[in-house]
Amino acid sequence: MAINFNSVLGIHPQALVLREKRGEILAANMANADTPDYKARDLDFHSLLNNSLGNTSNNSAVVLQQTSQEHMPGQNVVLGAQVLYRNPQQSSLDGNTVESHIEQAKFAENAVQYESSLSFLKGQFSNLLLAIKGQ
Amino acid sequence: MSALKVFDIAGSAMNAENVRLNTVASNLANASTISNSADKVYKARLPVFSAVLNNTINKNNTTGGVEVLGVVESQAPPVMEYQPNHPMADATGYIYKPNVNSIEEMANMMSASRSYQNNVDVMNTAKTMLLDTLKLGQ
Repeated sequence: MAINFNSVLGIHPQALVLREKRGEILAANMANADTPDYKARDLDFHSLLNNSLGNTSNNSAVVLQQTSQEHMPGQNVVLGAQVLYRNPQQSSLDGNTVESHIEQAKFAENAVQYESSLSFLKGQFSNLLLAIKGQ
Repeated sequence: MSALKVFDIAGSAMNAENVRLNTVASNLANASTISNSADKVYKARLPVFSAVLNNTINKNNTTGGVEVLGVVESQAPPVMEYQPNHPMADATGYIYKPNVNSIEEMANMMSASRSYQNNVDVMNTAKTMLLDTLKLGQ
């Protein structure tokens, strides 16, 4: 019975990469909390989940056709998840849509989810070690 | 390594907030510098922030830090005061005070220091995340 890393570790290695990318986007939001006309962004996890579950019908985004290499894509996609703009609760006069408290909460949430994926991986690795040593 | 980008982003924001704090300090320090003409009087300085759009090679402008495009002088008129006995008074008896609004500057200072702290927190959290990742499997 061979040990398959993919089945042992599950979704968590990819989850770590995605969480890291999301942390970057949220950090950029907080960095630009005072920049006029900056729009806060975030990853759309629902589109990713829907795509992976196969039901793209209710969330099919309109994709711009690119007829040249020089064309810019109509949407930004990170690891299959769309990077969308946040709807502010209360927008400010200078056109900035970053709300520090919300970004802080999302960043903390993201960090905790990262840590939980990490601790799951740690547990799986120690299980593997236990299986290898047999004691 | 892409995780280190968080440090660049938070670092750029700390740098920008630092510039903002410096302009506030300069404005407050010169809040009562009196001059004898409207041209020579100190004018409040304000930094201009702009988002950095990097990563243009793969046309994926999702993340970027913040940069200070420059420091501009406030266009508000200086405060004129009629004091003919003042040694700095001009021929018409007026002295000119800077257009610095101390209350605005204090609010600006608090906002800048809060944003700075925010970015320090981001950096600390990112550091913990990275260090824990390095300890994976130990």
